[in-house]
Amino acid sequence: MPIILPEEPTPIAKVPSTENKTGGWRTFRPIIDYEKCIRCYICWKFCPDTAIDFAAPEKHPAPKDALKRFDTVEINYDYCKGCGICANECPANAIELVLEQNVGGEEE
Amino acid sequence: MKKILTGNESAAWGARLSKAKVVAAYPITPQTSIIETIASFIANGEMDARYIRVESEHSAMAACIAAENTGVRTFTATSAHGLALMHEVLMWASGARLPIVMSVVNRAMAPPWSVWTDQLDTMAERDVGWMQVYSENNQEVLDSIIMSYRIGERHHILLPSMVIEDAFILSHTAEAVDIPEQKKVDDFIGEFEPAFKLDPDEPAGFGSLIMPEGPYMEFRYKMALAMEDAKREIEKAVEEYNETFGRNYAPFVDEYRTEDADAIMLVLGTIGSTAKDVVDAMRKEGKKVGVARVRYFRPFPTEEIRRIAKSTNMLGVVDRSYSFGPGADLYAETKSVLYSHTDVPVKDYVIGLGGRDVTPEVLRKLFDDMLKIANEGVVDKEIEWVGLHGDERWS
Repeated sequence: MPIILPEEPTPIAKVPSTENKTGGWRTFRPIIDYEKCIRCYICWKFCPDTAIDFAAPEKHPAPKDALKRFDTVEINYDYCKGCGICANECPANAIELVLEQNVGGEEE
Repeated sequence: MKKILTGNESAAWGARLSKAKVVAAYPITPQTSIIETIASFIANGEMDARYIRVESEHSAMAACIAAENTGVRTFTATSAHGLALMHEVLMWASGARLPIVMSVVNRAMAPPWSVWTDQLDTMAERDVGWMQVYSENNQEVLDSIIMSYRIGERHHILLPSMVIEDAFILSHTAEAVDIPEQKKVDDFIGEFEPAFKLDPDEPAGFGSLIMPEGPYMEFRYKMALAMEDAKREIEKAVEEYNETFGRNYAPFVDEYRTEDADAIMLVLGTIGSTAKDVVDAMRKEGKKVGVARVRYFRPFPTEEIRRIAKSTNMLGVVDRSYSFGPGADLYAETKSVLYSHTDVPVKDYVIGLGGRDVTPEVLRKLFDDMLKIANEGVVDKEIEWVGLHGDERWS
């Protein structure tokens, strides 16, 4: 069989690097407890990838009325590599790191 | 038109005649007068190029990479520590397949601090995927820059080149240099036609991430093929250049009186011209010696070196650098390509480090030593440091 070589001389990506989903590298999955989350967005500031997305307030209703008008956050598991920085920085201890193999059926 | 030029001025003329459009550089002795000369060409309106002043050699190469990626011809120059500082981005330039041309003025690495010639700086970059051509005189410096653009820019090659000259012996020494006609140079290298380039209308990412199962190995293999294919392009370019401009370059190894030689000295750079004078003198005395000056170290002239070794009774390799492994680089690679092809005796002479003068007298002693080995068939010492203080054998 002939050797198959790329046509280009060097990698030239015609699609954005977001096509390259790196979430599969994750060992620990950060899971947000929306009952504890105070919508401070510190996890969003510290994430070294861009794996914290904003979501509409009603997506994950806040337990306290004062927080109800603020956007909430979600972890984008397509890109989150599980570094745990968000959990470490969270002032409300609202992010738990769970070993991927123990996550079980409920998904994203 | 002939001019009296130093090696560094010759390099600047090479970049000017090749119509490099971006020059990004950082000064370092003994290279500085190359980029000074280019700066004055641009300031005087004699060269239509953008000159980018940067804060380091690493940035100089990074700027050349970015500029070349937009589809323009680029040039830079450096020496020793500057080249070492570029190390990381040199591999980016070759892996990104950007045919940048860079003058490197060989200078010793410190400490001890030295600005004089020594080839360790370029030898330490032998694995970065750049072509390397070593020069013997100022004419060859100028001509090799022009040829390097033509060779590297071929779409099946796309590799950068270092055009290398010895510090001071060439860089700051003036001699008559023939300046080729601009029109003929234009015809010889042609307009730069990039194989790919940054284009806002067609966004693309260059050099993106490849997972282990992706074609990383295949891209490296393509580089290896290109380096091998470059040999054919070098032959073609040298042949056409010789014809167009009236020169007499050998593509890979400049052989001088090697036919019927009992012993042949393999050298790089300016030691070649000194050795040729010694060969003439010794031939008059009936001593059959010759010199083979390696021009291209990358791609490595494997076939030529095998042929030369098989044609003689002894090969003396002269290295103006030392690798702290199995001898210096020209020696180690020569022995490697000869293994299982010939058992001609090979000896390494480490000489002239830190710019110590390599005189006709000491080269004659090397030739005498080589003839003795050719005659007896025994290499007394595989790697010999020549001319250490107190060693009377070579003084």
